[in-house]
Amino acid sequence: MDDRGTIERRLLLRAAAAAAALPLAGCDKLSSSDWFRSLLASAEGANLRVQRLLAGRQALAPEYTEAEISPRFRSNGTSEPDDPAYQALARENFASWRLAVDGLVERPTSFSLAELAAMPSRTQITRHDCVEGWSCIGKWTGVRLSALLDTVGLKPNARYIVFHCADSLGGGFEAPASYYESIDLVDAFREQTILAYAMNGAALPIPYGAPLRLRVENQLGYKMAKYVMRVEVVDDLTRIAGGGGGYWEDRGYAWYAGI
Amino acid sequence: MSQDHVDAAAPRRSIYRHALAVRLTHWLNVLSLTLLLMSGLQIFNAHPALYWGDKSDFEHPLLAMTAADAPDGTGIGVTTVLGHEITTTGVLGLSFSANGRPVERGFPSWATIPSYQDLATGRLWHFFFAWLLVLNGAAYLAYALASRHLGRDLLPTRHDLAHIGRSIRDHLRLRFPKGKEAEHYNVLQKLAYLLVIFVLLPLIVLAGLAMSPQIDAGFPVLLDVFGGRQSARTVHFIAAWTLVAFVLVHLVMVLVSGVWNNLRSMITGRYVVEEEEASDGR
Ligand code: HEM
Ligand code: HEM
Repeated sequence: MDDRGTIERRLLLRAAAAAAALPLAGCDKLSSSDWFRSLLASAEGANLRVQRLLAGRQALAPEYTEAEISPRFRSNGTSEPDDPAYQALARENFASWRLAVDGLVERPTSFSLAELAAMPSRTQITRHDCVEGWSCIGKWTGVRLSALLDTVGLKPNARYIVFHCADSLGGGFEAPASYYESIDLVDAFREQTILAYAMNGAALPIPYGAPLRLRVENQLGYKMAKYVMRVEVVDDLTRIAGGGGGYWEDRGYAWYAGI
Repeated sequence: MSQDHVDAAAPRRSIYRHALAVRLTHWLNVLSLTLLLMSGLQIFNAHPALYWGDKSDFEHPLLAMTAADAPDGTGIGVTTVLGHEITTTGVLGLSFSANGRPVERGFPSWATIPSYQDLATGRLWHFFFAWLLVLNGAAYLAYALASRHLGRDLLPTRHDLAHIGRSIRDHLRLRFPKGKEAEHYNVLQKLAYLLVIFVLLPLIVLAGLAMSPQIDAGFPVLLDVFGGRQSARTVHFIAAWTLVAFVLVHLVMVLVSGVWNNLRSMITGRYVVEEEEASDGR
């Protein structure tokens, strides 16, 4: 090929690359503009309403057999909180750990692990779907969240249940922030919504959220807060942390994670 | 060669080929499918591996894209398909950012929305345009049924099916019909469109919904249909690339059968038909 041809070919290639890059750069620009993000996010409300309408408010997630339990369940997010207070609790096997339940409740109370274990419980073998795309199957035993909420009594204006956790994520570019999550009353009162203290028949191990983690089987993994220290009942999420209703929600993820 | 027949004096007439509803839904569909594919690849990149069954068997993915170190210390991209490793440096597993830095990612940045790694934003795009795809598809179907477009223009006639062999031969020679016959889709075109409209698109939507833990709670039968959530993810991925394959063939056919005439017909509705010549070799 002569030089002219090569140069022309290179120019042509470069022009093609530029033409392709233009709409891509446009998409990146739209991705970081507030108005466009809120337009895109309007689909979340549709997902929540239509999926609940279609699937029903009492629908149970499929349950699996012992044989289907994942031999190696992946642990994502924090696998060991570095908070010294948490580590002190962990060293004595959470003997003095207590779960605080407060906010818009009639009788704010705190519970030890033994007290939680004495309440109505549920055991279920369910599939855990991570927002990244993978799934693992595990067996969980825990206190039904509905039983816990009935014990403390919800005030009439209660709307969301917030789970405050012992672990923090971030660091690097971002200041570390405490993990938290929230669900509404529809999901809080589902039969399979539990605060689990056991996994695959043994005490909940630290990488999976010891001593207590949430299981909301109709949503993705990031909703299922690990290392839960406090349950707070609120009427409004915008006053907590970034206002999105959860650690990942404050960083752009959907609050409704049913898909 | 078919070009032999092109005669500047050949009589032509213009017909109204595509109704406004078809043109509008077609282009909205092109827009949403493009954005769904590219935001889907962004989602895929968050865990660039596919499995079969209910759960992920991390040691045995059907497909995985990873970065590895070559013996000389440079990074290479490796794609593993059913246990076979293929080096895909620059495109899959490891590709280069705008300033030439190697980055570990499944699909390269020019194939994803956004171009940088951002799962949350990819999901925002994906679910918004999934709704557009579904609503647009419903509008198209309602129109196609009500106007009898489906029965009249898309369902092959008995005559069509009887002459499918001829249509295949004509396609292979890139010989396209003229006159009366050119007013309608040919039989291969009809079958391809029906396959996309009634098989591929419903399949990709259902596989997408089967990945939703909430929908699985309401409709566990979806999991039986696909053989588990991870299978549904794999089917979703294969269906996406099958759509890409359809679009490539579709675009080639648009190009070789008169690009401006085709594009005009899908934009303004008007299509020029060349009259049949008596001397046609057939
Ligand atoms: C109603 C329509 C659709 C729905 C509800 C839907 C839903 C989803 C969901 C939930 C995921 C996340 C999977 C994960 O957790 O990793 C996903 C991923 C993906 N989607 Fe879609 N989707 C739809 C249409 C499409 C279309 C039309 C395309 C392509 C043309 C597409 C391409 C992809 C790709 C490539 C991925 C990456 C992961 C995978 O391959 O499964 N999607 N989609
Ligand atoms: C830039 C991309 C595209 C271009 C330029 C294009 C162009 C066209 C043209 C010109 C026609 C009319 C064909 C004729 O009159 O014989 C057509 C019809 C059609 N195209 Fe496309 N197309 C594109 C992408 C797509 C995609 C992504 C899909 C769906 C996966 C699609 C599905 C169809 C269908 C189903 C029809 C028949 C519509 C009907 O009559 O109801 N096209 N396209």
